Amino acid sequence: MTTADSSLPAWFPLKKASQHAGEFSLFFFRFLKEAVRPPFEGRVFLQQCFKVGNKSLGLVAITAFIMGLVLTLQTRPSLAGFGAESLLPGMVCVSVIREIGPVITAVICAGKISSRIGAELGSMKVTEQIDAMEVSAINPFHYLVVTRVLATTCMVPLLVIFADAISIFSSFLAYNIHGDITITRFFDMALSKLEWIDIFPSIIKSIFFGTAIGIIGCYKGFRVAGGTASVGTAANAAVVTASLVIFFIDMIVVQITDIL
Amino acid sequence: MKMEPIETVEPVVRIQGLNKTYNGQKVLNGVDLCIGKAENVVVLGKSGSGKSTLIKCMVRLSEPDEGSISIMGKDIVKINYQELNALRVKIGFLFQNGALYDSMNVHDNLAFPLRHHRKHLGKEKLNAMISEVLENVGLPEAGNKMPAELSGGMSKRIGLARTLMLKPSLMLYDEPTSGLDTATSKEINQLILDMQRKYQISSLIITHDIACAKMTADRIVMLRDGAIVAAGTYDELNKSNDEWIKSFFN
Repeated sequence: MTTADSSLPAWFPLKKASQHAGEFSLFFFRFLKEAVRPPFEGRVFLQQCFKVGNKSLGLVAITAFIMGLVLTLQTRPSLAGFGAESLLPGMVCVSVIREIGPVITAVICAGKISSRIGAELGSMKVTEQIDAMEVSAINPFHYLVVTRVLATTCMVPLLVIFADAISIFSSFLAYNIHGDITITRFFDMALSKLEWIDIFPSIIKSIFFGTAIGIIGCYKGFRVAGGTASVGTAANAAVVTASLVIFFIDMIVVQITDIL
Repeated sequence: MKMEPIETVEPVVRIQGLNKTYNGQKVLNGVDLCIGKAENVVVLGKSGSGKSTLIKCMVRLSEPDEGSISIMGKDIVKINYQELNALRVKIGFLFQNGALYDSMNVHDNLAFPLRHHRKHLGKEKLNAMISEVLENVGLPEAGNKMPAELSGGMSKRIGLARTLMLKPSLMLYDEPTSGLDTATSKEINQLILDMQRKYQISSLIITHDIACAKMTADRIVMLRDGAIVAAGTYDELNKSNDEWIKSFFN
C-alpha cells in the first residue's frame, strides 16, 4: 500500500462501489429521460434488434435444446422411482418457463450481447468515434445507448419464449428415448400444469433482464478510458456485472411472486 | 506578439483568458487567441503543451475552468446544449485518426451527418453531395470501402470529407499530418489550403509538424506549458532568437 492509500479510510472499497452505483444510476436515469425524447432512431433500433435477436438465435437454441434434454433425462429416473413419470412433462414445462428458461437465456445473452455492446462502444470511445458524433451535434447517448437498450429490452423476452419452446420440444425428444408418446399428448400434459402465474412473472423478469443486459453493456462501454486494453476490461466487466445483476433481479422477482 | 487576426472584421473565434486544470496540473494557462474570417491559424507546440485540450475546449468536449470562447459571436461556455449543437453544426472537427465510424462504409459515414441535420434532402441530392465532397478530397471511388480498408492518409481525407458535408464555417484540425509520410502530409496540407480558398473556411490547425505549419499557416501561435509564448507569421518566428522557438524551426 502506498502512503497515499494508507491515508484512505477503512471503508474505501465501499466508497468506490457507491461511486459506481451513483454513476450507474445517473446513466440509467439519463436513459429513461432520453428514451422518450424524439427523434426516434427507428432504423438503428431495428438493426440492433436484428443483431441482438437473430444473431443470438443459434446459441440460444442449442443451449435451450440441451437444457430441456438434460433436465428430462436426469429427472426421469427419480420420478419413475415414485411411479410419477406422467408428471414429467408438466414439471419440465413449469421449471423451464418459470426459472430455467429466462435465467439461462439471459446469462447466455449477457455473455454474447452485453460483452459485444461493451466492446463495441468501448472501441468507439477510444477511437474518438463517440466524440466525432458529439461534435457533429448528434447525441451519441440517444443514438447508441437508447437504441441498444431498447433493442435488448424487446428482444430478450422473445429469445426467452423461443428458448422455452425449444426446451420443451427437446424434453419431448428425451422423453421418447425411453417412452412412446405423441407430441400432442406430451404438450397437453405439459401445458395442463401451466398457469398464468407461471408465465407472467417470467415475461416480466425477461424484460428486466433485457434492460439490464443492454444498459450494463452500454455503461461499461461508455466508461472506457485510455487505450485498447481497457476495451477488453470493459467487455469482461459487462459480462460479469450483467450476469450478477440477472441473478439479483431473479431473486427479487421470485420473492415478489412468492408474496403474490 | 500578434494575437489578433490579420483582418480587422469581427473574428470568427475569440478566446480570452482560457484556463483548464487536469488533476491539479494546469494544462491551459490564460490562453488568448483570435481567428479571422478565412484565416488559417496554426497552434504549434510540443506534446503535452495543451494543444489538444485547447481544441477540445472549443467544441466543449472538455469543459474549460475559466475564460470565454466566442465562436461566431456566441460564447460556447455559456450556451445551453441545444444552442451548442446548433453551433457545432457550423464547426468541422478533423480528429487525429479520422474517427470514421467503422461499422459504416465511406458513403454512409459521409451521409451520417446529413441524415441527421438535413432530413429533407432527397437520395439523389445526398448522393450528389457525397460525390462532390469525395471528388474534392481526391477519392471519388472510395464510397463503398469500409474504414478498415483505408490507409492513414485516406482515412484523414474521408474524415475531412465528412466534416465538409455540413459546409462548416470553422474547421478544427487535430494533428492533421501525424503518422503520415511526407508526400501524403503534403497532400493533406494542400487539401487544407484548398478548402480554405474554395469555401472561405477559417481554420485552427493543431500540430507539431513544422512543414505543415509552414505550408498552411497564415499565422502561427506557439504554445508552451499551456500558455501562448509567441505568435506571428512563419517568417517572423523563423527569425526569432529564442532557443525554444528555434528548436522547432531548425
